Amino acid sequence: MSISPSVQATPEARELSVIFNRADRIFRRIVTAGALTSLILLGLIGTFLFVRSAQIFNDRGLKFITGSNWTAGSGDGIIPDDFSIGPMLTGTILVSVIALVISMPLAIGGALFVEFYATPKVRRVLTTLLDLAAAIPSLIFGIWGVVFFSSYGERWSDLLNSRFGWLPFIKVQNEVFGRSPFVAGCVLASLITPIITSVSREVFSRTPRDLVDTCYALGGTRWGAIKTVVLPFGKSGVIGGAMLGLGRALGETVAVYLLLNIVFRYNFRILESEGGNIASLIALKFGEATEYELKALVAAGFVLFLLTLVVNMVAASIVERSTRRR
Amino acid sequence: MSTMIVPTERANVAPEPTTPWRPTRKNKSISSIVFLISVVLSAAIVLLTGLAGIDGFGLAFFAVFMAATIVRSFRLNQKNRKDAFVGVLIASAAVLAFFPWMSIFASVILKGVRGLQPNFLVENMQFTTPDDELNMGGAAHAIIGSMLMVSIAAAITLPLGILSGVYLTEIRGRLTFLVRFVVQSMSGVPSIVAGLFIYTTFVNYTDAFSGMAGALALAVLMLPTVARTAEEVLKLVPDDLRSASYALGARQWRTSLMVVLPTVRSGLMTAAILGVARVIGETAPLLLTSLSNNSFVFNPLGGPIGSLPTYVFGLLQIGTENSINRAWTGSLVLMIVVLILFTTARYIGGKDKR
Repeated sequence: MSISPSVQATPEARELSVIFNRADRIFRRIVTAGALTSLILLGLIGTFLFVRSAQIFNDRGLKFITGSNWTAGSGDGIIPDDFSIGPMLTGTILVSVIALVISMPLAIGGALFVEFYATPKVRRVLTTLLDLAAAIPSLIFGIWGVVFFSSYGERWSDLLNSRFGWLPFIKVQNEVFGRSPFVAGCVLASLITPIITSVSREVFSRTPRDLVDTCYALGGTRWGAIKTVVLPFGKSGVIGGAMLGLGRALGETVAVYLLLNIVFRYNFRILESEGGNIASLIALKFGEATEYELKALVAAGFVLFLLTLVVNMVAASIVERSTRRR
Repeated sequence: MSTMIVPTERANVAPEPTTPWRPTRKNKSISSIVFLISVVLSAAIVLLTGLAGIDGFGLAFFAVFMAATIVRSFRLNQKNRKDAFVGVLIASAAVLAFFPWMSIFASVILKGVRGLQPNFLVENMQFTTPDDELNMGGAAHAIIGSMLMVSIAAAITLPLGILSGVYLTEIRGRLTFLVRFVVQSMSGVPSIVAGLFIYTTFVNYTDAFSGMAGALALAVLMLPTVARTAEEVLKLVPDDLRSASYALGARQWRTSLMVVLPTVRSGLMTAAILGVARVIGETAPLLLTSLSNNSFVFNPLGGPIGSLPTYVFGLLQIGTENSINRAWTGSLVLMIVVLILFTTARYIGGKDKR
């Protein structure tokens, strides 16, 4: 009964001990210092933005986030300075969410198509194009949006309004459909779709081929294989990719600046041609800002920084976890 | 003797992998006929009814093709019917996902090529108004400015990126997880925040907008890309190589500097190129740091400097016909640069793997 498991055929692997000499230690210190610059840089960005804008947070407190005015004072105190970013903060989130809602199904569908429906040759071409598309500068999406897409966007908005006008967030007050959060959201969606698609495709391509083939061998259809193997396997990777796309959409400046009427009013009707986001606010007001207003802009940048940092940290940890489990 | 050979020969022939679930030729030809009929039908719908434009055609085609697929799959069991249905859905999602940037490629090329004349690449806008004919003025100043800033940014970022890659793969110190995490999250810092950061520091202290400030802002955005690519590349170095180097008596620093890094030289080039491709089109940080300029500036500390993105952005806001044409041409040049960078990166990166 009691067979002692003490007999071991092979000895344990010997632990390699490395003794670093002075040259090694200097080398390691230099490399560590180099690697820490990104850490320090991130800290510096946060610190400097906060220090430069501390006065605003001190003066305005929570009203900076919740208030809805951005009025430069007259300087002599008759009209007081009144800076707050409420509408821009909600606008940022509104536009990004629209973009994410539109692009998620497209990106997942696109990634599945490239990975499981396209022939190998087509797949190679599409993968290359996809990487390239993810590198198109947002400025080019902006100019494409203004010149090419906005007429389609207006037509779709008109259609949406006439069919679904009874929904509170689709109803409009003035029937002018251009430069609305919907149009900007569509262009942002086409901007983040390549990013999400390429992350999702990467994750899907790591699905164990055996499992997929087993599914086919058991008589499963392509959709059966995707539903039972691919999607559960790639879920967290896709969510991570979506968060990366969201982070990109939250901080987008130029495309939103070019495609949205920046108006300081709370607006949740997606077809109304007013809205804005924090990044485009900064780009808009930076040129003619007074010194105090500049501080307010830096404060707005700080809020945006925190927002995207949280989103990206969550994304980074999800992606990290999903790739490590493999 | 011959009886001896036959079984071994048979054993050597590996069975060809077959894919019985693939559509047969008959199925394929029926599918393409259905596809063609749907195209014709939806074209007819677009011509005869209120639907119009390429979006109307797409919608009509989707409806017709979906109906055809459902009708065709009536004789199949429920499982296969669902598969056919979802297949059409996924293919349409893919078309919708790929349509925007295909359209972008096409429109940038079609609209940009008109202004792509020799003067665009050698002249500046000092004595030309944006509204002048396209054969006057150019973007040479912007191209030079972009090159200048991007090269400075690359010169700053490349060593730092390589160091952090080396840290993550060779040294693997206590902070490995933290560094990787920070690099990951930093890649999502909005470009305008990077611009604001350099504005509150460098621009404030030197009291001037300059190409150097723009380069620093771009460097902030470039660092995560370079660091991540460098790490990926260094991961590919086989551990045998390191062990062999240690076995020959080399210290860690010699192993890293003289064995590992030279092995991935071209991979590190790829990292730099991808970093450049990432930031070459960034507009927002430059609006806050380097502003723009209509004439040649070669001194990175010599005040506002032109760059391709701000050139395009400025022209777009003027909004007259010729200025928008110029903006398209600027975008075309920008896209060609990105394309060249990408092809080079792929070419070099492909070399490494062999």
